[in-house]
Amino acid sequence: MGVRSIKMPDVGEGVAEAEIVEWAVKVGDLVREDQVVAAVMTDKATVEIPTPVAGSVLALGGAVGEVLAVGSELIRIDAPGLPDSLAAAAPKAAPARAELAPPQRDKPAPMEQAPPAPKAGAEAPQRLAQERHAAAPLRALEPRTGAPRPPGEKPLASPAVRMKAREAGVDLRFVRGSGPAGRITDEDLDAFIARPPEAPPKGPGRAPNTAVETIKVVGMRRRIAQNMAESSRRVAHFSYVEEIDVTALEELRASLNAHATEERPKLTMLPFLMLAIVKAVADFPQVNAHYDDDADVIQRFGAVHLGVATQTPNGLMVPVVRHAETLGLYACAREMRRVSEAARQGVAAREELTGSTITLTSLGALGGVASTPVVNRPEVAIVGVNKMVVKPVWRDGGFVPRKTINLSSSFDHRVVDGYDAATFIQRVRALIETPATLFIED
Amino acid sequence: MNELPCKVLVIGGGPGGYVAAIRAGQLGLDTILVEAERLGGTCLNVGCIPSKALIHAADAAHALSDPHAFNAIGLSIGPPKLDFAKTIAWKDSIVARLNGGVGALLKKAKVRTLLGTATIVDGKTAIVRADTGESRVHAEHLVIATGSEPMELPALPFGGDILSSTGSLALTEVPRALAVVGAGYIGMELGIAFAKLGARVTIVEALSRILPLYDEELTQPVARRLAELGVETLVNARALEFAKSALRVAEADGSERAIAADKVLVAVGRRARTIGFGLESLDLTMSGPFVRVDDRCATSMRNVWAIGDVTGEPMLAHRAMAQGEMVAEIIAGEKRTFDRVAIAAICFTDPEIVSVGLAPDAAKAAHGEIRVGLFPFRANGRAMTKQADEGFVRVTARADSHFVLGIHAVGAGVSELSATFALALEMGARLEDVALTIHAHPTMSEAFHEAALSALGKPLHI
Repeated sequence: MGVRSIKMPDVGEGVAEAEIVEWAVKVGDLVREDQVVAAVMTDKATVEIPTPVAGSVLALGGAVGEVLAVGSELIRIDAPGLPDSLAAAAPKAAPARAELAPPQRDKPAPMEQAPPAPKAGAEAPQRLAQERHAAAPLRALEPRTGAPRPPGEKPLASPAVRMKAREAGVDLRFVRGSGPAGRITDEDLDAFIARPPEAPPKGPGRAPNTAVETIKVVGMRRRIAQNMAESSRRVAHFSYVEEIDVTALEELRASLNAHATEERPKLTMLPFLMLAIVKAVADFPQVNAHYDDDADVIQRFGAVHLGVATQTPNGLMVPVVRHAETLGLYACAREMRRVSEAARQGVAAREELTGSTITLTSLGALGGVASTPVVNRPEVAIVGVNKMVVKPVWRDGGFVPRKTINLSSSFDHRVVDGYDAATFIQRVRALIETPATLFIED
Repeated sequence: MNELPCKVLVIGGGPGGYVAAIRAGQLGLDTILVEAERLGGTCLNVGCIPSKALIHAADAAHALSDPHAFNAIGLSIGPPKLDFAKTIAWKDSIVARLNGGVGALLKKAKVRTLLGTATIVDGKTAIVRADTGESRVHAEHLVIATGSEPMELPALPFGGDILSSTGSLALTEVPRALAVVGAGYIGMELGIAFAKLGARVTIVEALSRILPLYDEELTQPVARRLAELGVETLVNARALEFAKSALRVAEADGSERAIAADKVLVAVGRRARTIGFGLESLDLTMSGPFVRVDDRCATSMRNVWAIGDVTGEPMLAHRAMAQGEMVAEIIAGEKRTFDRVAIAAICFTDPEIVSVGLAPDAAKAAHGEIRVGLFPFRANGRAMTKQADEGFVRVTARADSHFVLGIHAVGAGVSELSATFALALEMGARLEDVALTIHAHPTMSEAFHEAALSALGKPLHI
């Protein structure tokens, strides 16, 4: 039998992908040549796709609603008597088959998909190293490449050589010197005049760089991209930035860190913020919630599963500190370190990466002045931490230096009102500015 | 009016202008040189040459009047008698000989010399007013070589007993008491010479030390010699006014002092000569008070060139000569640029100072790690036999490549070492090049060899 893979055709100028809006056939159906098998929608039009071969349908490229890139497999048809189109492209067929696996709409993608990415990453430097090895002997054979001397260094040559160069129209800056201290000898100049280098050495950043690197967005990066786009598309974001005086908190932290031990290691500011969020959400259940916009349901949680946005070699991940409401300061710090380390190593368990109810994001020293974090759907709130700075603050008739940070938080305005969000952040602020209140049992 | 067409018109017959004219003539270019006073300019008439003549006479007179050194070698003599008018006449005869020499060289190169004042009309035309009448000169190329003149202080305008360097070289008798305002190389050279001729010399300097453009290590032997000669030096002091044979001076602490002096020499620098001869009408791009030129001495107007002091520091005759030669060759169609590594600067003080290239501080700032080697003349046999063992030679080089960045010396007669120093820098010498060159024994130049060895960490004679 000949298995034919029908690709998503180029349905219009400038169209890169199309959404399947209707299947006219299902797996097992027999189709005639030119029979319409599907309707796909671009942002311009809906197009019916006919099959160029007759046969039986082996697999469909996706469920209705799925978006397929132009050129990806739309349908696979067993066409008796025709050569097998997949055989020829055997190595390429593997990812295509994975695409054809049952659609995974509501289920998060299984973690098994992630491992290939780090593997590819590990291979890349190796390959680069090999290329560098291969290039090295070439360079040794070709001493005429690269700058003759460090930038800004004047060429050294006797007045007679300088005049000879001038008369020959040679700029000595481009001539290599073989003499001591890189001095350009008469012979160097003669050799240069006899055989000038093919192209003048390029100055840094002068020549137009026409290189284009094409990077396929797959795996983890693709999931991040999809999640971000989905959140941006669905959530009515609004951001709220507030300045918080952390002078007292920093004093407390410094004194705790001064007596750091193995069990109680040095703390960053984040565990304190975790405590503050846990305490604050008790009064603001509307921000510690999930909004299922398909079902029009809001779930408010008693538990605080705190997502901690973490940069990993594969991209942004949000490992989860579960039941933060049960943890003390050091337990928070320990658990946060454990799950974020696991995410970085790629060994995080699935429940350590899902189920957060509210997210905390911090770029530390890179935190900037303000940011607009993207809500981690289906959550409805994310609290962002900006860089700590010492600022002159007007107090009691004079300026005093105070350590401050900004909290930049975003909320899903569809279900969180501005007033509630602002009051929630003010509560966090009050707790942080008087850090003792973090530790008072209600 | 006489119409004179030519290829090259050089305005100014100083070392820059006459060299440009001679080379232009040698290269077959139809050249006219205009000089308002005498050929040779400041250098030959009222600068380098007459001052060196005076210094020579002063050295001789002082050696004889201070028999200490002669006694040491077993020679005794009676008190010398100086006929200063004759000294000046002798100096003038040297100047006249050189004037004549320059004129002959110009003639030999087929340069037409016009003695008169030029007024620039446009970039190709000048009107020359000479005793013999007016001429309009049309040239394809105009070379501005008008030089510089002594700067005045508003409170001490030249005239009467207030002398410029020019005036001080035309005195007919040695002043009894001379106040010198400005401790740059001109003030120091002339001040020391007049002290040796018997004047009571006081030097007034606004900055904190003498010869402020040279590093202190280099000027210390001169400062010591001033004390020996009985020259008083007032630093951080401002000259206020000269009246009733006294120069009023404000000292650093605010107090005022009157210095008895029958003459005052004001040597506070030189100003480029850029006005009074129509240069303004060309509207050339200036660089401060100087005409701006590129590395070919081209001004902002095509085929108008400027060389020498009118283009700025360093105002040195040998720089002007090199520029003049180059401009003539460029006009003749040769490819040249002014790419010299170093221009030696010399103070004919006692002892003499030579500076070529970068001093240690500047070298460090420009190139990072450096090596410095210094060799004192008191460890040099030839210096001892000449009773001149004050001073040293100092070599500064890059620490990584040993490439020599600067060579400095202070000592009797070190001006003659300037040639070998400049050659080393132009050739791109490393310390090893100097160290591996055999320096003849016994000469003071051995100190150069030893300084290089010392910078390499392996001196022999110290």
